[in-house]
Amino acid sequence: MIDAKRLAKAATATAVEGVHIQRQITLPWKDAARISIRNVTLRLGRAAITGAGVVLGIAFLMSVWTGKVVTEGLEREQAKSAFSITQVGEGETAPGLEEMKQEKQSRAARQAWLVVMSLLVCGVGITNSMLMSVTERFREIGTMKCLGALDSFIVRLFLIESVVLGFLGSVVGALLGHVIMLIVFMIREGASVAAKMNWLHMGEYFVLAIGLGCVLAFVAAVAPAVRAAQMPPAAALATEV
Amino acid sequence: MARIECPECHYVIETTGIVTVCPECKADMTKAMEEAGRVERRVRGSIAKDDSVTTHEFIVRTKGLKKIYRMGEVEVPALRGVDLDIRRGEYLSIMGPSGSGKSTLFNMVGGLDKPSEGTCFIEEVDMAQLDAFELAWLRCRKIGYIFQSFNLIPVMTALENVTLPMIFAGMSTDEMMERGRMLLELVGLGGRLHHKPFELSGGQQQRVAVARALANSPAIILADEPTGNLDLQTGKEIIDLLKELNAESGVTIISATHDLKMIDASDRIVHIRDGEIERIELRSELDLQIGHLAGAEGG
Ligand SMILES: Nc1ncnc2c1ncn2[C@@H]1O[C@H](COP(=O)(O)OP(=O)(O)OP(=O)(O)O)[C@@H](O)[C@H]1O
Ligand SMILES: [Mg+2]
Repeated sequence: MIDAKRLAKAATATAVEGVHIQRQITLPWKDAARISIRNVTLRLGRAAITGAGVVLGIAFLMSVWTGKVVTEGLEREQAKSAFSITQVGEGETAPGLEEMKQEKQSRAARQAWLVVMSLLVCGVGITNSMLMSVTERFREIGTMKCLGALDSFIVRLFLIESVVLGFLGSVVGALLGHVIMLIVFMIREGASVAAKMNWLHMGEYFVLAIGLGCVLAFVAAVAPAVRAAQMPPAAALATEV
Repeated sequence: MARIECPECHYVIETTGIVTVCPECKADMTKAMEEAGRVERRVRGSIAKDDSVTTHEFIVRTKGLKKIYRMGEVEVPALRGVDLDIRRGEYLSIMGPSGSGKSTLFNMVGGLDKPSEGTCFIEEVDMAQLDAFELAWLRCRKIGYIFQSFNLIPVMTALENVTLPMIFAGMSTDEMMERGRMLLELVGLGGRLHHKPFELSGGQQQRVAVARALANSPAIILADEPTGNLDLQTGKEIIDLLKELNAESGVTIISATHDLKMIDASDRIVHIRDGEIERIELRSELDLQIGHLAGAEGG
């Protein structure tokens, strides 16, 4: 049962000494990471909602990019065969090229627009989800501050959590968007599209998409996390959830 | 207070607690710490009036403490000027009806909120003068908080909850685990180390909270209605535990409560009403009244 005498002895070390105020307070990265990952794995519902926003945004982004790489591959093939045909009548190639160039430009603009939109939607989704996630945990934040956490610790915990979710979500999203788009093209243009596309280029887009997902998740979490961390502990503890 | 020199970079740390790594060069300080323990004792024996070990009679003092909450246009005065001196090692209860400002006072003293007016001193240090780091250090190392609703971190086990303040204090992992385990064993939860709060009863959760409050050997324990959510028997266990801690270790206990059982444990009872101190009673004066009360109940 309770052993108050020994407990008192264990707690005596500084109890009778004077308070000599210092400022050394720590949260090592390994502990921060452990706590954040714990929050992701144990609050799967919330994590899934935040993650889903990233998955959708990045899947869309990746489908656009996959489309781009595939059509580029197809065009390269076409240009090769067109070149061998028109080699004789040189004068007629110029207007054809001009047209192709224009179409390419407008397509690039359309794609850029889609990319920006998808990232925006994705960003708003994560911000909203993180805002809710932070609000749900006001009490916990207040408690941690009572135990000596600095505002920056709270921000750090939420940022790690968000980036972990951003990474996982964008890996899943990138694969999903890529695979779906590739299947669509295979049905439309035949299975040979996979052979025609530039896989190195595709790989670069993969890395870029996952990186963007992480950056997005990071940026989206900053505002909610900072706002929550700055609350005085008393106010954070008083919130009813 | 001990002055410890880092064996590697000769950086000097002044501390009352335990430092395991040098803040400058991250060298291992455990050895130096042990030696310092000896050094410190010698210092205290010979130079009693050393400035660094001076202790003040009053651990907490408040002067003209006011807190006004603004709800839109309406101003709600929660505290209307509280002057209170709390002695080191005292067991002080703050009693008063609901809404009288107990929790508000508790928040000011614990550095959890800023007063609208007036000052609160801890060890004669004006809390308003402290920066965020010093305030965090104070909350981490010098004050232990116990709440009515326990406020354990729900995703962490009992052991993780108890060791969290030790992480902030910079304790090494091994030391932390050992101390966390010991504290939980001593509050009778040695078999519940890896249980999550929702797997524990209210009384068990509150005992985890007590162990957590003791994690860094605080000088003050602030308890806001620690028995409010507990049944009679469990509540009494917690009170007895606090009382014994107070008697044995000299930790100052400040407790807000409705609970009449608290009266028996406390040295002084501060009655507050509408944000002002109504009267202060000493336990010695109270014995008579309690006897009277018990007599009345019996008859
Ligand atoms: N965050 C807040 N915003 C506005 N008013 C508040 C706030 N916190 C407390 N109050 C008001 O301040 C007064 C004192 O509240 P406090 O919580 O200190 O009372 P208490 O004595 O702890 O009551 P209880 O015993 O019910 O816990 C009350 O009138 C309350 O309505
Ligand atoms: Mg209260």
